[in-house]
Amino acid sequence: MIKVQHLSKHFGKVKAVDDISFEVKEHENLILLGTSGCGKTTTLKMINRLIEPSAGSILIDNKNISDQQPETLRRGIGYVLQNHGLFPHYTVAENIAVVPQLLQWDKKRTEKRVSELIEKLHLTKDQLRAFPGELSGGQQQRVGLARALVADPPVLLMDEPFGALDNITRSKIHAEFNALDELKRKTIIMVTHDVQEAFELGDRICLMDKGKIVQNGTPAELLFHPKNNFVREFLQEQRLSLEFKSVKLLDLWQWLAPKPPPKGGGAELSADLGVWAGMEHFKFRSGDTINIIHKENNESKSVGFEQLMSAFYQYKQQQAHE
Amino acid sequence: MNEQQQTLWDFMRQQSGKLLEQTVQHIGLTFISLFIAVLIGLPLGIFISRRKKFSGAVLGVAGILQTIPSIALLGFMIPLLGIGPKPAIAALLLYALLPIIRNTFTGITGVDATVKEAAVAMGMSKWQVLTKVELPLAMPVIFAGIRTATVINVGVATLASYIAAGGLGEFIFGGISLNNTNMILAGAIPAALLAILFDFLLSRLQKLNIKKLKTATATLPLLLLVLSSFYLLPSAYGTKLKAGFTPEFMGRRDGNLGLQSKYGLKISTVVISDAIMYKAAFEKQLDVISGYSTDGRLKAYDLVVLKDDKNIFPPYYAAPIVQENSLKKFAGLEKILNLLAGKINDSTMTALNYKTDYLHQSPEKVAKDFLVAQNLWRPAQTGGEGVVRIGSKIFGEQYILANIYSMLIKGYSHYDAATKTGLGGTKICFDALTNDQIDFYPEYTGTGLLAILQSPAKVVDSLMVSPQATYNYVQDAFEKKYNIKWLKPIGFNNAYALMMRRGQAEKLKIKTISNLKRYLESR
Repeated sequence: MIKVQHLSKHFGKVKAVDDISFEVKEHENLILLGTSGCGKTTTLKMINRLIEPSAGSILIDNKNISDQQPETLRRGIGYVLQNHGLFPHYTVAENIAVVPQLLQWDKKRTEKRVSELIEKLHLTKDQLRAFPGELSGGQQQRVGLARALVADPPVLLMDEPFGALDNITRSKIHAEFNALDELKRKTIIMVTHDVQEAFELGDRICLMDKGKIVQNGTPAELLFHPKNNFVREFLQEQRLSLEFKSVKLLDLWQWLAPKPPPKGGGAELSADLGVWAGMEHFKFRSGDTINIIHKENNESKSVGFEQLMSAFYQYKQQQAHE
Repeated sequence: MNEQQQTLWDFMRQQSGKLLEQTVQHIGLTFISLFIAVLIGLPLGIFISRRKKFSGAVLGVAGILQTIPSIALLGFMIPLLGIGPKPAIAALLLYALLPIIRNTFTGITGVDATVKEAAVAMGMSKWQVLTKVELPLAMPVIFAGIRTATVINVGVATLASYIAAGGLGEFIFGGISLNNTNMILAGAIPAALLAILFDFLLSRLQKLNIKKLKTATATLPLLLLVLSSFYLLPSAYGTKLKAGFTPEFMGRRDGNLGLQSKYGLKISTVVISDAIMYKAAFEKQLDVISGYSTDGRLKAYDLVVLKDDKNIFPPYYAAPIVQENSLKKFAGLEKILNLLAGKINDSTMTALNYKTDYLHQSPEKVAKDFLVAQNLWRPAQTGGEGVVRIGSKIFGEQYILANIYSMLIKGYSHYDAATKTGLGGTKICFDALTNDQIDFYPEYTGTGLLAILQSPAKVVDSLMVSPQATYNYVQDAFEKKYNIKWLKPIGFNNAYALMMRRGQAEKLKIKTISNLKRYLESR
């Protein structure tokens, strides 16, 4: 879907982005992760031509973006900014309707789409007439997301979208973000410096440093097969929680005993979720077991806390020997 | 004396027609220039917010324009645009430019970078980013600039009366020259009220809710246009010749009022400053002007004086007028000042004025050359016994006299002399004298009689015949009323006179004011 080839950006003598290449598949969520100044935001802004590259090319659907009108290109790419970037002189409704207005949609179509989106994003109808300044940080960020999604662009670029939010609001929005069906249909590139966020939201993570890509892979690959010490050290501090978040219940399937769920007991969990989500159930719910449901082969297994930990340990052992 | 007892209200009511006309002109001048300034300043401000490297130069030039004294700026405009509303509007426009450009620039560059980036990233074109995001968000700051410009313009527009563009300045400067407080206030109060009113209205517009901003933005150009159109009112009745009179001349019985009542002269008239009147006549912007008979520019611009065949201009013999207290304080001062008595006649004075006004010699040089030629010059002695403060009005002749007196005082006594030149008009000079800010200044008998004493018409008529009678009358009245002494006359008579270009006067065979009247009335 998106191909970045030998992309470089120089600001004077500083190489902000230095000859990087990567690909993002359709409906994939790629995270550009790194510390400030590693070139991740510059990379992102070159994709919708807010910044023009010094060298290299970017293809979206095999079309070189430099051959397109920048305005037309941008209207087909959703963009979410760190500090929401909402227009303070527009109401929420007007803010969301910016792109439809540029695309000259008729009024009814715009209204329908806007009310559809605010429902999905848990905003109320009253808030449509409010100005961004009258909303909370979390609400503003949702409006920012609605604005980016309104014209249903296939590609979404997000520049530290949750960076300005407090921890509680952020984890709430993360959960909503993962659940939002609109986003499942999008190819997303998101920039963040927050390792936890990267592991929670990303299908793939592209770890960058000094304008170069250090490692590009799935969260598990970064954790269990770090390319070098930089990657290892970058993840070291939060390693345990990252492991629990990146390993899915599905990954543990072979080590879990095929025990059918007892009748009427335990919570049901999808096997797509991480081990972390499974552990949370033991912490907050009564009952000794959880029922993990494997949707694809329609199996389900009943698991206790110790079994889960043991399966996780075995999985890690195997990863280490691979 | 009745004029002083007349209240301000009476004056305003009596002059209501003229007051209304001037107010309308004033509003028109202010807003037509403001309108053009917005038309120029807004795009320029937008331009420099896009090309920042030009911002220093543009703001610098606008800033320099702002620092030029308004009178000087009006002066610069005359060779380019003549007299009347055009140069006044141009000058006001230049003053209004800086706040508008600067606030547009500041407003646009002050828009949150994230918001601008979002606008671009949504796919807005440059024009859309400007009109949908940057301008609306910068609007309060831009409004503040327009507001500043409006208040500046209301103030500076009073000076437009110097170059025949009308406005409330006619009353203000006329009042200052005529020592008529009511007249000054009749111009100054409406001008101040206009400034307050427009500032208030624009502040309301500026503070409007962001929702209503769109309406406000649409209203402003319309409002500016309507107010500007005030100026497109028909000017006074047209006649074959055009006259330019000073504000002082306009309101004096021995000026325009006398011309109307005694001669029945009807001529289309503009009000104009003395400083540029002669040049305007020379450049054929004006045909008839109210000058002074000893003015050097008479010679420089080849103008002729029309004979006052009905004697409406009283004699204006110049003499120093001194505070009695100062005469006591500085022993021998009277004698020194009287050294000049009878030494300068009309033609000598015209020649001296010609040297400063036309040959651009400094008043000091002209004064010294004169004293040397008269064998009166002595090198300055050591001072230290006190400082004599000499005042002078704001024209060349008075500068020369002040310098001559200064040299005489330094040469003939151990006093120092300080010249306080350029005290606006008669009122400012005379107030300075009565309030002990200066010790003496050269005054004219006619001015004393009419402008300061405000003598009734009967007295004036009875004195008109004899210069000596006028001198005696003012000397006596000043002594009693103000404790101020008229010293001996210097000799020349700087009376008011109507003048025309020599060529035109000869061609039309106009030699007297009655000739002029007959010509204007002929078909």
